[in-house]
This record gives sequence, structure tokens and C-alpha cells, in this order.
Amino acid sequence: MWLTQPFNERSTQLFIGVLLAAMTLVTLLHVVVPAGHPLHVNAYTVNLFGKYLSYALLAVAVDLVWGYLGILSLGHGAFFAIGGYAMGMYLMRQIGDRGTYGDPVLPDFMVFLSWESLPWYWLGFDMAWFGFLMVLLAPGALALVFGFLAFRSRVTGVYLSIITQALTFALMLAFYRNEMGFGGSDGLTDFRDILGFNLRSNETRLGLFLASGVALGASYLLCRAIVGSKLGRVCVATRDAEARTRFLGYRVERFQLFVFVVSAMLAGLAGALYVPQVGIINPSEFSPLFSIEIVLWVALGGRATLYGAVIGAILVNYAKTVFTGVMPDAWLFALGGMFVLVTVFLPKGVAGLLAYRFKRRRDESDAAPGQEVTP
Amino acid sequence: MSLIQSLAQRDRVFDFMVPAESPVDVRHGPILYMEDVTVTFDGFKAINDLNLTVDDGELRCIIGPNGAGKTTMMDIITGKTRPDQGKVWFGARHNLLTMNEPEIATLGIGRKFQKPTVFEALSVFENLELAMTADKRVLPTLIARLDGPAREWIDEVLEMTGLAELRRRPAGILSHGQKQWLEIGMLLMQRPRLLLVDEPVAGMTEQEMERTAELLTGLAGKQSVVVVEHDMGFVRSIARKVTVLHQGSVLAEGSMDQVQSDPRVIEVYLGESEEAA
Amino acid sequence: MRSLLLLWLLVLLVVPLTAHAQPSADDEAAIELLEALDVDSFPAKGEAIDAIVASDDERARGWLQALLDGRLQRADDGRFVIVLDNSGRDWPVEDALSGEDLGEMSRRDLDRIGINNALRNQLRSVIAVVDLYSPNVDQRRTSAERLLGEVDEDLAGPIEALIEEEEDARVRQRLTLALAIHRLEQGDIQAVEHLDGSLHSSARIALNRATSSDDEALAQAATAALANIEQNLRLNRAAETLYFGLSMGSVLVLAAIGLAITFGVMGVINMAHGELIMLGAYTTWMMQQLLPGQPGLALILAIPAGFMVAALAGIAIERSVIQFLKGRPLETLLATFGVSLILQQLVRTGISPLNRTVVTPEWMSGSVAINDALSLTLNRMYVLGFALVVFAALMLVMRRTRLGLEVRAVTQNRAMARSMGIRATRVDILTFGLGSGVAGLAGVALSQLTNVGPNLGQNYIIDSFMVVVFGGVGNLWGTLVAGLSLGVINQVLEPWAGAVLAKIIVLVFIILFIQKRPRGLFPQKGRAAEG
Repeated sequence: MWLTQPFNERSTQLFIGVLLAAMTLVTLLHVVVPAGHPLHVNAYTVNLFGKYLSYALLAVAVDLVWGYLGILSLGHGAFFAIGGYAMGMYLMRQIGDRGTYGDPVLPDFMVFLSWESLPWYWLGFDMAWFGFLMVLLAPGALALVFGFLAFRSRVTGVYLSIITQALTFALMLAFYRNEMGFGGSDGLTDFRDILGFNLRSNETRLGLFLASGVALGASYLLCRAIVGSKLGRVCVATRDAEARTRFLGYRVERFQLFVFVVSAMLAGLAGALYVPQVGIINPSEFSPLFSIEIVLWVALGGRATLYGAVIGAILVNYAKTVFTGVMPDAWLFALGGMFVLVTVFLPKGVAGLLAYRFKRRRDESDAAPGQEVTP
Repeated sequence: MSLIQSLAQRDRVFDFMVPAESPVDVRHGPILYMEDVTVTFDGFKAINDLNLTVDDGELRCIIGPNGAGKTTMMDIITGKTRPDQGKVWFGARHNLLTMNEPEIATLGIGRKFQKPTVFEALSVFENLELAMTADKRVLPTLIARLDGPAREWIDEVLEMTGLAELRRRPAGILSHGQKQWLEIGMLLMQRPRLLLVDEPVAGMTEQEMERTAELLTGLAGKQSVVVVEHDMGFVRSIARKVTVLHQGSVLAEGSMDQVQSDPRVIEVYLGESEEAA
Repeated sequence: MRSLLLLWLLVLLVVPLTAHAQPSADDEAAIELLEALDVDSFPAKGEAIDAIVASDDERARGWLQALLDGRLQRADDGRFVIVLDNSGRDWPVEDALSGEDLGEMSRRDLDRIGINNALRNQLRSVIAVVDLYSPNVDQRRTSAERLLGEVDEDLAGPIEALIEEEEDARVRQRLTLALAIHRLEQGDIQAVEHLDGSLHSSARIALNRATSSDDEALAQAATAALANIEQNLRLNRAAETLYFGLSMGSVLVLAAIGLAITFGVMGVINMAHGELIMLGAYTTWMMQQLLPGQPGLALILAIPAGFMVAALAGIAIERSVIQFLKGRPLETLLATFGVSLILQQLVRTGISPLNRTVVTPEWMSGSVAINDALSLTLNRMYVLGFALVVFAALMLVMRRTRLGLEVRAVTQNRAMARSMGIRATRVDILTFGLGSGVAGLAGVALSQLTNVGPNLGQNYIIDSFMVVVFGGVGNLWGTLVAGLSLGVINQVLEPWAGAVLAKIIVLVFIILFIQKRPRGLFPQKGRAAEG
């Protein structure tokens, strides 16, 4: 089966192993080791790790399209944000009459804008299954429409990058408007509970962290299965010689669309995991700066490896946490510097460095994307 | 749904085992028929009233000075460029002007580019695998797996093209000549009815050239082959019928000897070389 | 009260204008006049104002104006003073009688002579009429302007006489209009004819009132005239929208055209282009700091300076980053984005995270009134002209110089150009310098329209990309047409969609347009472009 194929790959076994070990370790250090002990991991840190994991999932989604399809999307933050908004809408409806204005149905900001009733697109979000489904379907649908138009007319390369950026920019402007019904510039916040669990309790935070880890692992396996299949090889072929792939009889635009939509859904999932952990979603997630930052995570970690994206996301965000705490002014210098240094000196990223050392030791060809797989 | 369907289909039909049975209708003669085709780029007529017929099973060489429209002609046949006017038919049934590149490729027209284009990040084996005739829709491709006969067919082509040793190496490390061979191998995997081969021997050694000639002449009869080539020696060694293009239209057609003694052809080639000198 | 004024006017009509230059009246009389103002009763103040008007004192206008503005005050020692600037804690004052500078006084030592709304109206019309006799044309114009809709029976006669005497056409036209409005209010149907075609709001108000008049003929005539005016106004509004659109478009063209050059020639996406614009704007600010008091000169010098600063910065970016990323456009995009972050932060920490104000020189501020409904702001007009000049200059460089020829050759086919002996590296450096320099020029122009801050460039980068992509890469005409049309489209949409929605609509429009024509409005054709 193509889905189980990844379990035969060494790099995947290693990745899943490390991920599981890390999740177990954090859980143990949080639950078993008593507070006050130097090794204890407090709830704040668990929450932070959970956030990193959802970012890592987002980076995997971007690497799928950029690394394997050659599409540099500067708008993946939009899918992330839409997934986040879908989750936020569900969480908003869960507040019920506990809001400031105490309206049993309308969220606070709608009461504030003196709206009479819920707009149609808010219907159904009181049900968890519907909200969670929308987390995948809403970004997927946007990607489907946008990708269909773009790939059909063969918009590629920098043009595609620019219009994905324009897409997320337009969405950001739109979501800033109060009339849109998504809370305007304040976004959605003041969430209380998810599936009945109090969002502010430590147990829920640990649960969300573990859920992020599981989602990351599962998504990673799915992506590996895709890139390891013949479809993955068609993607790499498209990336390197689109016209040639077409002459072989592949409808390139449909392959691009398929992978693009899968990637958008994963990004949406990442957003949905992110929102309950940070407690807010607002239009700034749509900002072009954020989308392009995601690309940096992938570039730093190393494109077309998937695990590189995870490494990059965690490294950059850890650095961001440290920097913004110690010297906030320097963060943009560091970020800008990373963009330049990585692209100029480290085109294959950290994963490339690792693979190089690995290769030297074993003196064997590394796992290049889409290597022939023996059954 | 379609996933299950295609699974069922896959069990029933081994595409590569079925002899090339394309729906092309060649009962009335030519496999490729171009009439009064014209293409203009910014006022420049790259192809000007071109008329060309290729018979089923024929090996045809096309020569002509630079800018004669050879590559543009191939672009038109494969659907990359749309002509401003004219007719292009594949057999008697398929109007190529209404189809896009993948459709034309699926129909049985394979093309080798002037500059060898192989998928450099993929291994030689994978290059051939992708080229192989198969269900090339998205989901069937996602679940596709190679079975015995398919592997054998790939192995066979690897042998034919002399790339068996390099099967696991990425195509990017191949030499120029090897890339040409790999690309011809990819064409063979497609089992096309009509092969369009653009400058197959550029950058090849003498021996490689001979083998290419052998391979191409061997294909003729079963498949139709159109070769665009500059190397006159090579053309002479394989050609039965030669077409000379000049300024986007056919200048002369016939055997190599006929063509070479045609005064118009001589003038075009000599004139060109005088200008170049 | 009115009769006094009339009397005074008649006196003035007889006395030649030079009479104003005669020596001032006795100071004691003047003090008496002002003392009369410092009473509690407002009607008494009104009479005092009339007395001042009648006094024919040449300082009268200053007093009345100061009284109207609340700047005529009485110091503790009983002297009347005029406050020159009442914004600070201590106020600079001058003596109301001698005009002598008295230095600064605390506001606690001063007592304002208060007025009410009735007095304010009285003062305004009095001042207006006084000014009509001023030898200064500008004062007469402003005064005539104020009279629109304010004319009453008492004033009608003198104004009619004044129209005959007036030399300035504009003043005459205003007075005629003011008179016509008055006549219309009296029910004179002839007046409608005079008002027909006038775009001034007071004319419209008068006509509007007349439509509900009992006199049916008058009401009808007024309605017809109003419809005429409305039609005319719509045209003017359209012209205004067009002007704003073109102005906005010219900014887009300026911002995008440098990008079009670098993108077209080198296939390089320079995400730091916006920050090069920002550098140009900061150069303007810097020049004005270096040349305090001479904003105009500084601005003119900023044009070459801004060009050089941005060009050098651009060349530095090309040499230090872009040249290592040849043939990898997406990586270039990321690296230059990093550069843009660094440049922004440099300005934030080096200068200030706050906006800087760039002074608009006098010859660029204000506006040109085409008619009563349409006036075009000068700074936008200069920017529009500047954009066209820059565009023309770039066209010349591209079409007529050796560099332009080489640039076009490299755009078409880099390998071929190189093999023909064109040093592609040199061309890269020069084009990048040129494109960046033009970004600097855009910054100089932008400093006249918006705030200069670290985020200036960010706000324009996406728009610039849209313009380049919309126009077709490698085609300067395309950039011009795309920039101007996007500007106009945006302005047309704004009134009914709002600024934000208009912007969204334009973005979506371009996204869809690219699907339809992936190579923009004016695509490059041929085999070379297929690559």
C-alpha cells in the first residue's frame, strides 16, 4: 500500500521515533517531575512547544508544495489563518452566554456592532464536527478555486509567488473590515473551552500539545507517502521540467492542484491547532510577512526533505522566542540576516548539512527526493 | 470511487503489454497531415504556408538552415504553439489543433527536445518509469505500483539504451550523450505512433551516433519517425526521404541525393554560409 | 446702524483710494473708540463697531479682525493690545495703537474683549465690505468671496457701483454672482440666468431655495438651472476622480517602473525595492535637515541625491547578494526580502521608528482652481509631471543609449548577448543601479504626498508588483498604462466601495486577470519569451 510505504524509510522511522520520544519526554517532565524541580517543564513551556509543533506542521505543508512541486507560495499564511478562523468560530460559539454581553448566540463583537442575528456563514459552527470539518474544507476550497485558476493558465514561478502574496494581502485587508463578520482587527478571542475541556487548564494544554504532535506525525507520514509515490515523482518531474512532464502525457495542472489543496488543508489543520493554544486569531496571521517567514523556516531547515521543514520551524521560532525576550529590536536584523545567509550560503539548509555529514560517514548516496523505491 | 475503479482497471489491463493500439486512423494514408500552416511571432512569420505529410511507418528527416521553422513546427504538432491558421491532423480522425499537450502525448505522439530534457533529480530508472504508458490521471498515479512485466519492459529499454549500469543514479549526473539516450529511451517507453526527434545526435561520439541511427531505423516501419538534424552525415545514413525547410515553408522534398542536387537548396545553404562568413 | 455704514461707504466712494495713506487719526480718539468696545452690553459693542468703521482710521481693519479672532485684548495697565500668537503659554503681543512690539505677556495679565455670534456676523460682513476697497487684489477677492449669499438690500447698491469700478475680472465676477443671488432672493427671475452655470455652492443653495418659491415661473426656471448645474457638477466630479486616479497612478508608475526594469532585465524579484523607495524619501528628509529654511532647494537637490543613494544601495545589494543567486529567482526573492527587513530595522534603530515630516515647499503647496467645483492640488500635479518626466527619461535611456541597447539585448537573450561581447555583469550592475535609482526618485516624490517612515516601502511593494505583472514584464509602456489605469480604477471604485474594499477588488481583479493573460497587458512574444 502506498500509505504504509513510508514506514520502510529510515529517515521516516527516525523522525517518528524522535517525535514520539520528545512528546513522551515532555509529558513525563511535566506530569511526573514535581514543580520546582529544575527538570520540571511548566504549562507555559508545554504550550510553547505545542505552538512550535503547529508551526512545524505548517512548514511541512509549505515544503510539500515548494520542495516537491517547486511552487513558492507566499500565501500559505492565508490557509493557516482560515483554518484558525474556522477553529476560532467554533470556539466562539462554545462561549455561549458567558461573554461580556451575555448573548446566548451572538459573539460579543456582533452584539457590539448591534447585529441582529448570526450571518449565514457562522451557522453550524456550534457543532464540533462541523467546525473541525471546516478547518480542512475552507482552506481546501480556497486552494481549489485559486489553484484551479492559476494552474490552468500556467501561472508559475515568480508570478505565482506574487499573486499568492496578493491573495493573502487582499484577505488580510478583508478580514480587517468589521463588516466581514470575523471580529475585525481584534479577531476572535476570549475562548473558554474546547470539546468541554477548559482551555485554561494545564491538562487541556498538555492535551493540545499532544494533539499537535500526533497531527504533525500523521501529516508527516501522509506527505512522505505522497512524495514517495509515483505521484511524488511526477511532482519532482514537474518542478524540474514542467513542459517535459506535459509531453509525457501528465496533466501537470491537476497534479499541482491536488498537492496544493492537500497542502492548504494541512496548513488549515496547523492553524486550527495553533488558535486554541494561543487563545486568539486575528487578521495579522494573513500578513504577507508571516507567509514569507514560513518559507524561511523551510529554507533554513532544507527544502524537499519534510523533516528539514520541521527542524527549521522549531529552530527559527525558538530563536524568535529568545530574541524577542532579550533584545526585541535585534530580531528583525536576525531574521533578515537569516534570509540572506541561508539563501546564499546554505541553499540546502540544515538538512543538507546533516545529509552531507551523514553521507561522508557512510559514503553512500543520500536519500534524494523520489529515489527509486524497492518494494 | 475512481480509486476503486482504477484499481479494477489496473488488474485487467496491462497497458504496456498491449501492442501499441492507438485509435489513430491511418487507413487513408498519412499519419501526420499539415496544410497551409502559418505562425507569426511579432510580425515575423516563423512558419509560412507549410504543407507536410508523413506516411505511417515512415522515417522522415527534416533539414534546413537556422530559423527555418523546424522547432516551431514540432511545437505546433505537440500543441505547445497554436498556429494562426492551417490544419494539423493526426491520422484521419484527430484534429491536433483542438488538443493540449498531454492529450496529444496520450494519443501517441512522443517528442524529444533539441536540448535534452530529463528529470535530473530523479534516477534513470524513475525517468523511464514516468515515461511509461500508464493511466496518467492523478489518483491512479498516486497508488500506482510497478509489477513484473513493467519492470522487465523498463529493464529492456535500459539495455537498449545502454544505461542499465546507471539505473539508480540521478539523471543529472549523466553525460550529454547519455542524456540524449535516456530521452530516446523515455520516448520508447511511451510506445508512440509518431516520434518527433529534435537533433538526436548533437554532442554524441561517432559510435553513439551509429547506435542511434540503428535504433531509429529499427523503429521505422512499426512507428513513424520524424527527425530534425543538422548533421548531414547522420541524415544521409538514415534517411529515405528528406524535407528541406526554408523560411517556414517546404523548399524541396525527395531522397537525399535529389535534394542535395536541387539548385534552390544549394543556393539557400551556400547563401547562408556566405552570410555567416 | 446700516445707515452709518452706508454713509461711510459713500464717503469712501468719493474719497480716492490714496486717502487711506493719510496720517492716522488722533490716538486719543482711537482709544475712545476702543474703550467703547470694552463694555458688557453686546448691542453697545455693535454700535462701537459701527463707530470704528465710520472713524476711517486706517488701523480699523486690524482691530476688527483681531476682535473677530478674539485677539484684541486689554492688558492690566489698560492698554489695548493685539495678541499675535495665542498658542503657547506666554503670548507675543503688540500695541493696538502704535503697532509696537511689546514682547511676551502672560495670558493672566490679559483680558479678552468678548463677542457673541451676532457680533461675529456683523464683523464679518463689515470686514468684507471694508476689504472691497482695499488696494490689494487678494484682499478684494477674499472679501468678494465672503459676500456670496450675504448681500442685503443695503449693500446691493454700493456693490452695483463697485462692479463698474472694479478692474479685476475675478472680483467682478464674484460681485456679480453675489448680486444675482441677492436678486434671486428678491424673486427676480432675470437673476436665474446669471446663476445658471455657476458651480458655486451658494448659487446652488439660492437656486434650491427658489425652486420652492410661490412664483411658478421662477421655480421652474430655478429647477432647470439646477439640473444644468448638477450635470456640470457631475462632469467636474468625474474630472476630479480622473485627476486623483492619475495622480495615484503616477505614484504607482514611479514606484513600479524601477522594478519593471530590474525584473524585466534580470528576472530578479527585488523585494527590497520598497525600501529603496524609503531611502529616497529619507534622503529628502535628510536634505531638508541639512538645509534648514530652504525646503524647496532641498527638495530639488534631493532628486539627484535620492537617485544616487538608492542606486548605490541597489548596487550594493546586487553585488553582495543577488549576483550569487543567478538563475534562482525564487531564492533571490527570499534573500532580498531579508535585505528589506534589515533596511527597515536600520532606519528604525538608526533614525526613529516614528514618521518624519518632509516640508512641502511653498511653490508646491496650495491648489489651482479650475472652476468653483474643481481645484487641483499642486503637489499632486508636480508628482504627476515628475512621473511623466522620469518615464520619458527612462524611455530615452532605453531607446537611445548604448546602455539601453545592451539592456534590451540582455533581456531578450542573455547567453547570446554575452557571446556578442556584451559584458552582462556590467549591464546587471548598471541596470540594477538604474532601477534602484528610479526607486529613490519615487521616494523623493512620495515624501511630498505621504508620511516618511520605516514602513513606507512596505506599503508600496505589493502594489508595485501588481503594476509590473499587470502591465507585462519587460515593457515600460505596459508599466505606464497599468499604473495609471490601476490608479484610476481604484479612485473610481472608492466612492461606492470604500478605500479598503476598492483595494481588495483591484487585487482580486489582477489575480483573475493574470489567469486570463499570464503575461500581462503587453506580453513579450516569441520563442525567447517562452523559456
